Amino acid sequence: MRGNGVTMDYSIKIGGEAGQGIQTIGGTLAKVFARAGHHVFTHQDYESRIRGGHNFYQVRLADQPVMSSRDRIDIIVALDKDSIRLHEGERNEHGVIIYDSEILRQKYEKPYFFDVPFRKLAVEHGGAEIMANTVAIGSVLGMLGMDLDILIDSFGEIFRKKSAEVITGNTNAARAGHEFVLKNCTSCSFHAGGNVRQPRMLINGNDAIGLGAVASGVKFYAAYPMTPSTGIMNYIAGKEAAYGIIVEQAEDEIAAINMTLGASFAGVRAMTGTSGGGFALMVEGLSLAGITETPLVIALVQRPGPATGFPTRTEQGDLQFALYSAHGEFPRVIFAPGTPEQAFYLTNRAFELSEKYHVPVIILSDQYLADSEWTFDAFDLEKIQYSDSRLKGDALSGMPEYKRHAYTETGVTPLAVPGDSHHLVVTDSDEHDEEGHMVEDADTRLKMLDKRLFKKMPLITNEIEPPYFYGSNHPDIVIVGWGSTYGLLKESADMLMEKTKVAMLHFSEIYPFPSTDTFDYLNILNSAAMTICIENNATGQFARLMRAETGYDFRYHINKYDGRPFTVDELVKEILACAGGIRG
Amino acid sequence: MPTLQDYRGQNPAWCPGCGNYSILKSFKDAMIDMNIEPHQFAIVSGIGQAAKFPHYVKCNMFNGLHGRALPVAAGMRLANHHLPVMVFTGDGDCYGEGGNHLLHNIRRNLNIKVFVHDNQIYGLTKGQASPTSMEGMKTKNQPFGVFSEQLNPLVMAVALDCSFVARAFSGDMAHLREMIKAAYNHKGFSLVDILQPCVSFNKINTYQWYKERVYHIEPEHNPEDKIQAFTRALEWGDRIPLGIIYKNNRPILEERQPQIREAPLATHSFNAAAIAETLKEFY
Repeated sequence: MRGNGVTMDYSIKIGGEAGQGIQTIGGTLAKVFARAGHHVFTHQDYESRIRGGHNFYQVRLADQPVMSSRDRIDIIVALDKDSIRLHEGERNEHGVIIYDSEILRQKYEKPYFFDVPFRKLAVEHGGAEIMANTVAIGSVLGMLGMDLDILIDSFGEIFRKKSAEVITGNTNAARAGHEFVLKNCTSCSFHAGGNVRQPRMLINGNDAIGLGAVASGVKFYAAYPMTPSTGIMNYIAGKEAAYGIIVEQAEDEIAAINMTLGASFAGVRAMTGTSGGGFALMVEGLSLAGITETPLVIALVQRPGPATGFPTRTEQGDLQFALYSAHGEFPRVIFAPGTPEQAFYLTNRAFELSEKYHVPVIILSDQYLADSEWTFDAFDLEKIQYSDSRLKGDALSGMPEYKRHAYTETGVTPLAVPGDSHHLVVTDSDEHDEEGHMVEDADTRLKMLDKRLFKKMPLITNEIEPPYFYGSNHPDIVIVGWGSTYGLLKESADMLMEKTKVAMLHFSEIYPFPSTDTFDYLNILNSAAMTICIENNATGQFARLMRAETGYDFRYHINKYDGRPFTVDELVKEILACAGGIRG
Repeated sequence: MPTLQDYRGQNPAWCPGCGNYSILKSFKDAMIDMNIEPHQFAIVSGIGQAAKFPHYVKCNMFNGLHGRALPVAAGMRLANHHLPVMVFTGDGDCYGEGGNHLLHNIRRNLNIKVFVHDNQIYGLTKGQASPTSMEGMKTKNQPFGVFSEQLNPLVMAVALDCSFVARAFSGDMAHLREMIKAAYNHKGFSLVDILQPCVSFNKINTYQWYKERVYHIEPEHNPEDKIQAFTRALEWGDRIPLGIIYKNNRPILEERQPQIREAPLATHSFNAAAIAETLKEFY
């Protein structure tokens, strides 16, 4: 169980076939909870199909910050029989399973089952069978002792393109479910309470990256749709009109990255996004960004491979691929945000660093972060930077000469906008001279590598922030992770703190690997009795990177590679198993 | 008024006698005819002998990857549609490695001019078959001769409703120069297939071979008639037509994007203050 002070922490699981409206129910509930001021965390488990199969949407609400999913469920909303077969065992001791015996064509007699006629109430009160999901939402809010004000207010937005009858119908349907529960659910003992405080923002990882790009002045985004990265493209496309952005759906990922480079070369901030398979197609273009020193931001939203793997599931399996992808030697930056908030700020830093050093920056996310929603008080726009270092207009025209790849003290040559002056902007995928024309001589080659790689790399390394440290100052156990496991590590640390001196170390700026100059994290690791590297992959890719960069060798590893994220309970158990082992 | 001196680029590394030289000269003459200066446009190229072209022109240029000139050009046009963008490419680069991009950029119809140095052979890699090599041509890599059907890029382009489709011949510089100007002045995606002998590797489609077959399309030809265009595009063998095969007035993508109706993306300023409003959508 969690630490002290927690009075409310409920998990709700909505299960059913694809197409039944699981996302509508889960998403709406999450929004209502966030608006009521609760802390919310959601995660989704879905199959690569449009109809059928078994999917679920898990929503956790609490009066303390939550950032991972639990094993035990308080309310299971079962839209099909599989939801009962697969999840009945996850019910905690007070847990209730609500279902509609007419939809499932089966009656369950155990005391913790609660039959709500979703469909019948929808037809009788809402006027349409399609409103059964609204009845379910109303029922869940009733079970939690919450009122319907926020939900009913939201119908105005959700159905703004529909008729007034639709809004009235849904309002009545929600009320019918709510009243039915209040009258009949004698086993419901949940108390989420009323509106706690100010509404919180609710955002998932994909939207946070999209929002971060828009807030960084992205003007061009080209991509080929690929789960689980498509949400970023969808988000930015939704902002095309308001922000004057062009989103182009490319014919393939090779086109996507080359278009992005073309747009960037022509003078705008440009980005692409994909998952592992698409990134594999992009890597020659990544190398092109390297030699032409063209700013480029790539979102790589991982899913389990190899090849098509698990299209809709999660894994941190592409770290080493992102590190070593593309032929030749050139600098790159890799960020791996741990939360949607980090994704927002790191996307902004990705643009700033890419524009400052003319190097590709990869934002490494995964399906778990992409689709999980978190609540936050607010994002701080003061932290968002926008430095336009492009040479254009009079500043460019006034220069006596311009060479795109001129040698400089820092290795960075100001990037001019072609066509903006009489100066020519020339670049080449071949090794080239300062002007950008292809060469064959050894001397220029050495000078260009010195400029592109050796001069820039230490400057970029200086920009990298140290890992996040949390917990005991003199820990016996340090749990270490990177990217999307941030919330799991933090909640695990909280839960273990009562039992042991524990700390977490989380890396979100992965490459260049953070130095120990400002924060000697190696010292902490070396002083601890036990350090565990926790990763959502089979081979411990981060642990390998850590050893390569610092010489530090983890003795303990927890790896999960079944395509599913950890739950916090599962992770705590695994950590205790490691710790038990060490104590003999 | 620009002069040939203004267009003096790097020294070409092509074989002596290569058809590329006359394409280069015709291009410069065409630009000078139209009073266009080197900084007023950009050339994108990929890899191959033709792709070296922009280095020899002296202009804004992005010499990218094999087969990938078109997507770079597309990105450039969408970012700054006030800058004319041309692609110089070869039959391997454009019809082989980059075939998918040609197909989809014809559909996209950005105002990009594509000039294909079509010598029906791979030059840079020393003599392998290209998509336009004729069936039966023997090479080191195709010792039994080419089995694949020869690609007819013009038929493909007409079928895809490409905005401007023409053929020229490097051995007919006056005509080539006019075709370059016609493509440049056409609004829409323009494909000019330029027949060009490879003196080092293609011993079949020689200067003489082309010379005996090419003819100028008669003025009666209506390039806006798709059926007539197909008839001309299908001609190959004893008689090979040179000239404008097909053209139409399909709207260009740049004019269909409302975001850039007022000004190119590259000139937009960024209003960071609006983000505060957008953030509210997450509450």
